Amino acid sequence: MPIASTRFFSTAVLTFAAFLAGCAAPKAYDYSAFKQAKPRSILVLPPVNESLDIKATHSLLSHSSRPLAEAGYYVLPVALVDETFRQNGLTQADDMHAVDLKKLNEIFGADAVLYLRVKRYGATYYVLGSATVVEAEARLIDARTGTLLWDGTARASSEEGKNNNAGLVGLLITAVVQQVLSSVTDQSHDVAGIASHRLLSVRAGNGLLPGPRHPAYADGKP
Amino acid sequence: MSGAKVDCMKQHITTRSLALLGVTLLLGGCMATQKPLYQWDSYPTQVHGHFKGESPEAQIAALELQLQKTQANGAATPPGLHAHLGMLYSKVGRDDQMVQQLELEKAKFPESTPFMNRLLAQLKK
Repeated sequence: MPIASTRFFSTAVLTFAAFLAGCAAPKAYDYSAFKQAKPRSILVLPPVNESLDIKATHSLLSHSSRPLAEAGYYVLPVALVDETFRQNGLTQADDMHAVDLKKLNEIFGADAVLYLRVKRYGATYYVLGSATVVEAEARLIDARTGTLLWDGTARASSEEGKNNNAGLVGLLITAVVQQVLSSVTDQSHDVAGIASHRLLSVRAGNGLLPGPRHPAYADGKP
Repeated sequence: MSGAKVDCMKQHITTRSLALLGVTLLLGGCMATQKPLYQWDSYPTQVHGHFKGESPEAQIAALELQLQKTQANGAATPPGLHAHLGMLYSKVGRDDQMVQQLELEKAKFPESTPFMNRLLAQLKK
């Protein structure tokens, strides 16, 4: 084979490989503002509820501290935060989200503020059954500058893994999850726990970065 | 069966086992989760109970028991638990214990200082 043709061939292969790699890798999340801000503490505001179930706000709120704290952040006590708003005449999450950052800083002194919205919460019925679905989105804002540090969405469903061909292991996991879920009365609250964990844990892709109390903090990678 | 064939099969089996082992290790590595930083127990459930309007007395009892267990295990108390317990104490008129819990929250999590100081100042008014 002449040299030129070999070169051409290698270049073509390389280009094709680069093309494939480009397709496979998801768009990297821009963490530059997050890395610069290095928040240590997070104020979680009571979530704004866009679902029809009024229980959604407090359900997601009580599930939010654990994943954030395990991600290495100090999370301000959510019930005391809620109580403080109420004492100041604010009872609706929408109104709490509208309070300006300067005021929030003055009262709570957190490095970052987490704004949560519940998009879906509760059971949906269809011809062949029903599914309990919880979907939420999050925006983490720098408390001093108002800069967006991170945002994400997550969803969890009681029907996960039921109809796919996940094999025996998948079926077994599904059976266990179903058993756990059906043994309690408040299925939506449990599914909200899974959604919250997915939304607010440190994970590869586009998850939260680890905070100061997380063992991987020094790495600065999700 | 000739000796060469058997050897070849043996090698094939070894390669397969190694490959399986590799996949298993890889999966194991992916699934390995880090040990929790804090002992959570029923704390999230108590917070949810508070929002649902359950009685503070029952939550106080549950959290006091949890604190004893956490101490016995040498584990760490999650952020917010002391402050939350303090709030519950104040609801049943045990203000001295509230102050004690807010101070504990501050000592364990200095990030809580601005908010805790504000709550303590309010109490003195």
